[in-house]
Amino acid sequence: MATPTPTTDLPQAMIEAMTPAADWVIVLPIVFGLMGAAALLTMRRSNSTPLLVALAVVFAIIACEVTLLLRVLADGPVSMTMGKWLPPFGISLTADIFSAAFALGAAVVTAIVLVYAEIDRGDAQEADTFHAMVLLLLAGVTGAFLTGDLFNLYVWFEVMLIASFGLIVFGGRPIQLDGAVKYGFLNFLATTFFLLALGLLYGLLGTVNMADIMRVAPAANPAAMAGVAALLLLAFGMKAAAFPVNAWLPASYHTPPASVSALFAGLLTKVGAYAMLRALVAVLPGSRDLLEPVMAMIAISTLVIGPLGAIAETNLRRAVGFIVIGGIGTIMAGLSMPSLLGVAGAGLYIFHALFTMTALYMIAGLVEKRTGATDSRQMGGLYAASGSISVIFLVLVLAAAGVPPFLGFWPKLLLLEAGFSQGATGPAPGTVGVVLVIALLVNAVLTLIAGARLWGHIFWRSGPIDAAPSDAPRLLAPLTGRGRVGYAATAVLTALIVVAGLWPEPVMQGARLAAGDIVDPARYVEAVGLAGETP
Amino acid sequence: MDYVLAALVGLFIAMGVYLLLSRSVIRMLIGMTILGNGVNLLIFTAGRVTREVAPIIPSALEQPSGPIANPLPQALILTAIVIGFSMFAFLLVLAFRAYQSLDADNTDTMRLAEPEQTPNPPLSY
Repeated sequence: MATPTPTTDLPQAMIEAMTPAADWVIVLPIVFGLMGAAALLTMRRSNSTPLLVALAVVFAIIACEVTLLLRVLADGPVSMTMGKWLPPFGISLTADIFSAAFALGAAVVTAIVLVYAEIDRGDAQEADTFHAMVLLLLAGVTGAFLTGDLFNLYVWFEVMLIASFGLIVFGGRPIQLDGAVKYGFLNFLATTFFLLALGLLYGLLGTVNMADIMRVAPAANPAAMAGVAALLLLAFGMKAAAFPVNAWLPASYHTPPASVSALFAGLLTKVGAYAMLRALVAVLPGSRDLLEPVMAMIAISTLVIGPLGAIAETNLRRAVGFIVIGGIGTIMAGLSMPSLLGVAGAGLYIFHALFTMTALYMIAGLVEKRTGATDSRQMGGLYAASGSISVIFLVLVLAAAGVPPFLGFWPKLLLLEAGFSQGATGPAPGTVGVVLVIALLVNAVLTLIAGARLWGHIFWRSGPIDAAPSDAPRLLAPLTGRGRVGYAATAVLTALIVVAGLWPEPVMQGARLAAGDIVDPARYVEAVGLAGETP
Repeated sequence: MDYVLAALVGLFIAMGVYLLLSRSVIRMLIGMTILGNGVNLLIFTAGRVTREVAPIIPSALEQPSGPIANPLPQALILTAIVIGFSMFAFLLVLAFRAYQSLDADNTDTMRLAEPEQTPNPPLSY
């Protein structure tokens, strides 16, 4: 070919200046997590205090993320692109308020669970890889929250998945292997569906950068895009355990030690919900509008079926798993009403669930340690023996159900407002909004019934179901040593939830601001550096 | 060529789904792998199959002198293959360990985590 060599304008394709040092704060949390996991893995035989090393790494991550969150709150979204290629060619990490806040919440929860996990660990059990895998899980979750590239999101999903595989079989009891088979297959299937959707999206648009997709998606064939969005909804719905594809969660979350269940309940399903918020509401809003009836149906059925499962279940941690599923329904309800209030409610609920669902599993673990049973039929009479555990349990049940003044109430308030306003301003009478409001209230009542029933069975009645009223309750010895550490960790997390619930103004303001960037992503696109260009 | 590859993708995914519907864990695992390979092939096809030259730029030039093959799907697929292989390795070991300790290669009889025939929940409270 004898065509003359075209002249190349390097600044159009490459980043020529160094990334400013301040922008590194967005990649450092992931780097710390991965490096910390690698270091703990190589030191696992020589290091006698893996907990302290892991905590130091997590606190470094928290410091970075606080800096990042303050910066995002002040200046809007921050973006950093890897490998000198300009976006959309290089892989961008992009943080807006929701992603930075969720990443910070995930790191705080991980720090508390790392301390709590001492309760499940014996004194002889030092040379293992538990802490390394927790750090790897945190790196995967943080990466998923902070990435601005859909294929990169897939990679972080898999990092998270392989770390969670290691944690769920940790200890290798037969019941864990049973749970892990179901957890492993269905979650791997979900990420394969995600990859399938990505392949089609790349074929249609030629890009996988989120900000770039926002620019070019409106010009693509709406029917084909709706198909991609439906596949994404299926994949993320499986990850988040929304109703028709939720069976893996109650089949597996109660099998590992309580600390691992707590970590999973806080982090994993919330990443699925966040991915739905990001990919469907922010990146592909046009296709989301087409899928809105489907999403509303999923939301309503998840809201009702989740707590009904909890009422029918006697295994304590399985019942908590169903309450987690009901919470996913609340997030789906927000995603079905993409107004500012609806998105703010969904985001704030994700933030609330990060803390509350983790704390619920932690207190369930403490109850199991005190009663020596996993089934609420075999529990009873714990109120007299340990009043503080019963108070924490009740507080967390009220927070999960969304009773004021606890943290769970505020996102539901935003969602109720969103539901009613959707009815008032829509072109058609907004029956969907009103039905969603009813489903949210039904969910709150059913969650309250399930939680109060568990509380009554575990704490209030005098003994197990088969015991005579005169028998002394069958309890194990009070918590000592490592048990008290776990108890203190649960109390600290619950105190955080109560304080945030009593003083909700900062998180409410933050959620409204963050929702503004999701509903109108102009600042997000501008931060990545793609504003103003014609596709 | 695209149509042949698209039909092959459909065939792979159909085979994967068929095997995943089996009760045997090993068959499900093979189905998972075939499904994953179908998806990889889909990304390859979605990146446009051409007969152009490999994407290598001569050292004297700064950009290719004519049309070249699309290198990005290869990067995406390579990532997906590595990840899929590691997941396959883990699930294979898990299936073997589950077979050893649960004595079951049948998902219908793996009911430790979700016991069958549990009595109804108590009616009190």
